[in-house]
Amino acid sequence: MIINHPLLGPRDSEEFVYLGAADLINRPSNWEHDASAEDFYQYQYIRENVAGDHRELWYHEQGDQSWLVVTRNTLSHEIINVELAQDVSRGIGRGK
Amino acid sequence: MSKTRYSGFKVLKEALTGHKGWEPTWRDAEPKADGYDVVIVGGGGHGLATAYYLAKNHGITNVAVVEKGWIGGGNVGRNTTIIRSNYLLPGNEPFYEFSLKLWENLEQDLNYNAMVSQRGIMNLIHSDAQRDAFIRRGNGMLFADAGCEFIEAKEVKERYPFLDMDNPRFPIKAALSQPRGGTVRHDAVAWGYARGASDLGVDIIQNCEVTGFNIENGKCLGVQTTKGEIKAGRVGVCVAGSSGRVMAKAGIKLPIESHVLQAFVTEGLKPVMDNVITFGAGHFYCSQSDKGGLVFGGDIDGYNTYAQRGNLPVVEDVCSGGMAIMPMIGRARLLRMWGGVMDMSMDGSPFIDSTEIDELFFNGGWCYGGFKATPASGYCYAHLLATNSSHEVATAYKLDRFRRGAMIDEKGVGAQPNLH
Repeated sequence: MIINHPLLGPRDSEEFVYLGAADLINRPSNWEHDASAEDFYQYQYIRENVAGDHRELWYHEQGDQSWLVVTRNTLSHEIINVELAQDVSRGIGRGK
Repeated sequence: MSKTRYSGFKVLKEALTGHKGWEPTWRDAEPKADGYDVVIVGGGGHGLATAYYLAKNHGITNVAVVEKGWIGGGNVGRNTTIIRSNYLLPGNEPFYEFSLKLWENLEQDLNYNAMVSQRGIMNLIHSDAQRDAFIRRGNGMLFADAGCEFIEAKEVKERYPFLDMDNPRFPIKAALSQPRGGTVRHDAVAWGYARGASDLGVDIIQNCEVTGFNIENGKCLGVQTTKGEIKAGRVGVCVAGSSGRVMAKAGIKLPIESHVLQAFVTEGLKPVMDNVITFGAGHFYCSQSDKGGLVFGGDIDGYNTYAQRGNLPVVEDVCSGGMAIMPMIGRARLLRMWGGVMDMSMDGSPFIDSTEIDELFFNGGWCYGGFKATPASGYCYAHLLATNSSHEVATAYKLDRFRRGAMIDEKGVGAQPNLH
């Protein structure tokens, strides 16, 4: 698979390390309320496991060490969109 | 349908009479209008075994197995056919040992030749730390009555002279062996369980995809399929790599990701290895089929996918693992490679459990170790479906174990399914 890095252009996916669904960006921020154990359980262990377009985190370990949010089809392996994870994170009001 | 009993005498008789007396191995069925006591979703090894043990052990014969393709076309026909019970943790080892004991008696039980071959499995050891870890694992196996053997390097070399003992990066220091491990003809497992279940009255319905569940007031009343609605007293899902997709139709999310695992076979060679050998420093496992092909596999590709095909970098990785321990493999040509979708769980261990919906049960999360578990998975799932309680060797396989912090993580890598 070729991942079209927003800064570096097309790179072999072998240069990257895969983490999982991009939902992992949304770590629960409040860990002090009663439901926080449940929030963290859902965050850490439960997956949508999408069959179709899947947003996921790839780390460019053999390159510029950036985290990317790659939208990839899990049925065809086609890569539809690639964004810098820090842009995605800031876009939803989180830090980088 | 009258039951053909297979025997040497029967083969001889048919050979002399033009093979006119053979009957279909199982009965191809259509859904019954008034439904079933139990509908099993997924006609793989685990689903067919579940149906068989429901009928045999619990007398529940009004059972249907619905399969979207044909039976034996999924992971039960795609694996590297290895059976073993060399686990460490107390939540796992008794279960897998129970499974191995069922394998040992499977052919007699089913009257079906599944070519169960206890040729032994040998895990190579490449460092002192790994030696300690494997001795610990061996002790765990002895506790569970699974048996094991520690083999020093000298003997490993004598038994398998083709191994690269003095590889500078991955020298072979010793091996842990389970002589009772081995291989099984995987397709025959599906066919044998199908035949056994069908003879006891189970309907096997192929080309019948489940498209939804009929759920009212938190209770599952049946399934919708491409062959219409099927009413069910109880529904048991066991669809391996499709777990996420199928359970989503019931509104249930799982601690599972779907990944692809590739497997490979070389052209047929003369007999070179009489057992199963695994690489301890990378991920590579290999045996030789009766046709002579070296059957081997390695790591999963490592990204979420439902495609039953992988990518080339993993092919290179697996083959280089093979080259590191048995350089002779480089002279063989790769004949075929294929992929199967694995239901990778968050701790690398499976689930056999009820769900938050009444009368809907789930069996999955087998990662890439589901084949060896087939008999025990069916046995324990049947026990759960019949009695609504876990079998004693499967009590740890609960869906809520992450909520309770009760993971069964053999490798200790945490909630990272692509690393298990």
